[in-house]
Amino acid sequence: MITLEKRLAPSTSASILSPIIAITLTIICGLLMIQAAGKSPVEAFDVYFLFPFNDINTYLNTAPEDRGGLLYQPAEVLVKAIPLALIGIGLAIAFRAGLFNIGAPGQYILGAIFAGGVALHVPENLSRFIVLPLCLIAGAFGGLLWALIPAFLRVRAGANEILTSLMLTYVAALLLDWIVRGPWKDPAGFGFPQTPDFPESAIIPIILEGTRLHWGLALVLIIFAVLWFILARTVTGFRFTVTGLAPKAAHFAGFNQRGTVYLVFLISGALAGLAGAIEATSTIGQLQPEISAEYGFAAIIVAFLGRLHPVGILLAALVLAITYIGGENAQISLGLPKNATLVFQGMLLLFLLTCDALIHYRLRWRTRRRA
Amino acid sequence: MEPFLIAVIVAATPFLYAATGELVAERSGVLNLGVEGMMLLGAVAAFVTALTTGSSGLGILAGAAAGATGALLFVIVALGFSANQAATGLALTIFGAGASGLIGQGYVGEALKPLPKLQAPEQLAEFSGVRILFNHDVLVYGAFALIAIVWLYLNFTRSGLRLRAVGDDHHSAQALGLGVLRIRSLAVLFGGACAGIGGAYLSLAYTPLWAEDMTAGRGWIALALVVFASWRPLRIVFGALIFAAFDQAGNYRETLNIEIPSQFLSMAPYLATIIALVMISLASRRSDTPACLGREFRPDR
Repeated sequence: MITLEKRLAPSTSASILSPIIAITLTIICGLLMIQAAGKSPVEAFDVYFLFPFNDINTYLNTAPEDRGGLLYQPAEVLVKAIPLALIGIGLAIAFRAGLFNIGAPGQYILGAIFAGGVALHVPENLSRFIVLPLCLIAGAFGGLLWALIPAFLRVRAGANEILTSLMLTYVAALLLDWIVRGPWKDPAGFGFPQTPDFPESAIIPIILEGTRLHWGLALVLIIFAVLWFILARTVTGFRFTVTGLAPKAAHFAGFNQRGTVYLVFLISGALAGLAGAIEATSTIGQLQPEISAEYGFAAIIVAFLGRLHPVGILLAALVLAITYIGGENAQISLGLPKNATLVFQGMLLLFLLTCDALIHYRLRWRTRRRA
Repeated sequence: MEPFLIAVIVAATPFLYAATGELVAERSGVLNLGVEGMMLLGAVAAFVTALTTGSSGLGILAGAAAGATGALLFVIVALGFSANQAATGLALTIFGAGASGLIGQGYVGEALKPLPKLQAPEQLAEFSGVRILFNHDVLVYGAFALIAIVWLYLNFTRSGLRLRAVGDDHHSAQALGLGVLRIRSLAVLFGGACAGIGGAYLSLAYTPLWAEDMTAGRGWIALALVVFASWRPLRIVFGALIFAAFDQAGNYRETLNIEIPSQFLSMAPYLATIIALVMISLASRRSDTPACLGREFRPDR
């Protein structure tokens, strides 16, 4: 039978190969399931995964004056990747420190609520350069506050952070639902559960005309550069890694365990909150019950797929974003159900976790014998 | 009041199945966050089977089998390959939501006849208490029977004691010659089958149709319920009825004269669970929290 045997040191090549193998297996199995559901797998592959490349290709082969709107879909991939990357890097920092913050959807929602609170209550004539930063800072603060609760309960009571952060996710979703149907409901919204549109000064401007790609992208790249530096080049980054890999060593090195718990939750909460704030002040432009908080769970896939490393996470965010946009396209052109995308995402994480066993273990054929 | 109480018992049923199954898995030391996904797989399999064969009994079996199949994925990845349990469970939930959507796509809009209900004897039907306790289907009574069986199993059988030992200290259990991974795998599969039946109840009886995401977060409430019940089977009954009462109170706000917005009523189970978890954690020495909950185990030789 096959058994797992612990490697002396984690394998670097397995760590890089694992996501590639997982993506390949996911595509193969996902397409087989789509075939079983009676749709063409070749067409599905094209619609799901090749569309951004096809579109860019068409763009390059079109005369410049006819190019309007051709980049819309590839830009949509970047638009989706923005929140996924932000939440993903925050979760990666928590996972590095061995803390499982899975409450990112709740922190994301609180970020959107706080940003919305600012956007809906600032004076009309205030400049964008004041309002937008205020919205984003408020959003990060909202996510941070929500993440502080599981951190506090973990440090003070020893309560399992997986369970508390998960429960708070649903509290946050219900809070948002109440806000948009109750206190902040748009009086001129024909009874729809939504707030009024945010003022122009609270909307992130577009980078590329004819698409929805906005300046949040630049913010993400700056944040990633800073975090990459902190993680790779400072004691703080080292502290996270040591706490995750060898808690006792971290203790003897004088790293305050409680401080690390707080710091990690604050960072990942603030980033998830910022993602929610960006989403609310860019593509949505108001608050509504459904603000794609499920990005908070998908970002777990992003963090693992990206090997908890900033560069990997940027790439992984693009992969997940492609499955989202591809899923929307498949809904329209192939008549696949809305949730079909989740087949790919769930399988991707399952395959990835399986392949990751090869980083720490090697497979061995073993004949059964009794010692 | 009477319709409310009947609605509470009915709404508690899927919680009872899913939470009882998850309780057994967690007592063996495994935290499977895939309950919602397994429920959805159970719901779609039960519905499709009952619709095509015309037999609700087969539907229930198919629901259990589909839930257990989802759990098998968890067993392979999290126990076989020692992957992070929380991540594996989430992956299973995501996958279950997707796969059930794909399987059930052709069945949206179809309807089933709900499961037959037990009639109250005519002489007794005038009593309100009798009307609340009768007039339910077999799965409702089955849920209470299941909890009783699990309670007996965990507390009064040798096998149940072994399962708890594995959950509390896997290294000692292994030293005693117990097959830790085998016991855990069986516990998780049982949990999956129960979650599948919980899902089947939704698509066969509660609202006898199939819709994407029809579990609507009930799997997460079931997870909360296990913690709220501090890992004790009999408290699950109590907790499930309370959680179901909060769930239903929103629909009966006018009859019950409740002023609180329904969202805050729906929040209560989650907040209560957090409070319960904090209290359990503070008093950890005397709790039934499985000491090895969520920790990975590799048998060494």
